[in-house]
Amino acid sequence: MLFLGTGVDRAEGVLVCFGGVMPNSFQSDSRLISPSVNKGGRSVSSGSFDRESTVNSFGSLSPVVSEASESFVEVQSLCFSRGARIIYDNLTMAFPKGKITAVMGPSGTGKTTLLKLIGGQLRPSSGTIVVDGVDIVRAGRGALFAARKRMGMLFQSGALFTDLSVFENVAFPIRAHTDLPEDMIRDIVLMKLHSVGLRGARDLMPSEMSGGMARRVALARAIALDPEMVMYDEPFTGQDPISMSVLLQLIRLLNDSLGLTSIIVSHDVQETLNIADYLYIIADGRVIGAGEPEEIMNSDSALVRQFMLGLPDGPVPFHFPAQNYRDELIEGGH
Amino acid sequence: MLRQIESFGARGLERIECLGRSGVFLYQALVRMPQPRVGLPLLIKQLYSVGVLSLVIIVVAGFFIGMVLALQGYSILVRFGAEQALGQMVALSIVMELGPVVSGLLFAGRAGSALAAEIGLMKATEQLASMEMIGVDPLQRVIAPRLWAGFISLPLLAMIFSAVGVLGGMLVGVDWLGVDSGSFWANMQSAVDFHRDVLNGIIKSIAFAVVVTWIAVFQGYDCTPTSEGISRATTNTVVYGSLAILGLDFVLTALMFGDL
Repeated sequence: MLFLGTGVDRAEGVLVCFGGVMPNSFQSDSRLISPSVNKGGRSVSSGSFDRESTVNSFGSLSPVVSEASESFVEVQSLCFSRGARIIYDNLTMAFPKGKITAVMGPSGTGKTTLLKLIGGQLRPSSGTIVVDGVDIVRAGRGALFAARKRMGMLFQSGALFTDLSVFENVAFPIRAHTDLPEDMIRDIVLMKLHSVGLRGARDLMPSEMSGGMARRVALARAIALDPEMVMYDEPFTGQDPISMSVLLQLIRLLNDSLGLTSIIVSHDVQETLNIADYLYIIADGRVIGAGEPEEIMNSDSALVRQFMLGLPDGPVPFHFPAQNYRDELIEGGH
Repeated sequence: MLRQIESFGARGLERIECLGRSGVFLYQALVRMPQPRVGLPLLIKQLYSVGVLSLVIIVVAGFFIGMVLALQGYSILVRFGAEQALGQMVALSIVMELGPVVSGLLFAGRAGSALAAEIGLMKATEQLASMEMIGVDPLQRVIAPRLWAGFISLPLLAMIFSAVGVLGGMLVGVDWLGVDSGSFWANMQSAVDFHRDVLNGIIKSIAFAVVVTWIAVFQGYDCTPTSEGISRATTNTVVYGSLAILGLDFVLTALMFGDL
């Protein structure tokens, strides 16, 4: 862990430039943080992990990500039901390494369930989920918990521990999994909080923060152990435009500078289109569309078009199934 | 009719499944105690919130129950000229029965409901899920310290209840009603046997502690993560916990003193 100390020293210059949460500062800062980021925050895709590493403002030794030619997460023939209701029926997906992949779909299609399945919190009835070579479905308790140390997850509600301060929330995974001395934990926590613009809020309790701030603290906690993958569950829901913009930039920046694999589950079309490298649209327990944002927008599928354009009626009907309206009114009258 | 039988059977199976799930839950929480370096501070914190914060209600209730017992007992004993046996009556009633049972019931209402609500709310706000995703087992980190805190706290609270109850009885019997102080304490000392009475009372309180804390943490952990689910979990904790204490008290009393 020696690199962390070096990281603090070397990153200081970057941190000063990066400081605060002003969205305008992101693009210029991102060039300082990661040489692989340009084009307004989008990563340049070329080649696989080349083991060349940089110490960045997040206090991590991050591989410079170029082209992701392999999948970090592979979901094969996944079937999952809740009682009699089938959520997934033979679902197959792949999440490329080093990219932001978004999973979109109408409410109730099981997007959050998919993240829980990947995280091993739920077990499918059949199929496999492989995360960087680890079969999550068949992994024992020890292997599963070890795999989770390499994943971060941003919950929809933030899910901060309400009895701990902001600082202690971010320090929680570090204390749980390392024996680092207190001064080093302090430095790492401050760097993580600085990266989300909340270093000054370290003494606040979760109840004293807005929803947007809580989500940023949760993001700092999710990257506390420098995971290889971060899953975002509806990160944009209920955010004001400023918080939304900050979150969008943070997700892009974190993905590119830390070399993460990101999975975003969302039904906020515009925001997700802006940030995702690859999209999956799921409905009725299967993938109904997959591709880069432009491909999805030009999809021929009526269901995909209805979802992407937000049309009130279409393959997903406006009316809940019922008997004929006219018949029901006439029969009801007599 | 057939449908009613089917529904009755389904409910029965559901209850049995829930019982089995709670047994597995208890076993896993007990075998997954965190390392002392991590677990001890968590245990101390829970001992404070489960035990120390229940102290006021236990002390106040114990004091009043002791006083009432002395007042009632005196009015009966004095008819037979046996008011000197007041100390014996108060001590035996409290140490063997009222101490463990009433402190158990108060514990279920005060600490049990708080435990169920806290854990249920942690589940509803995805704190338990996020802990799992961080790679920390909630059973080890959240449940085990609370379970052990309950196991340790209730027997101590029951002992405090009994001691305060006896003092309350003395206050009314000796200082107010004029029972001789020497007779009060001497009769108590000669009639109360440590192994037979005090120890059996402590064993009862340990059994109540295990049952009530188990019910409370399981109800919280297993609840539906909604406001209604949490409300049901806290209600169930108090209802099931109280009924379990009363039922178990009869069984334990029969086992301990049934040969009389």
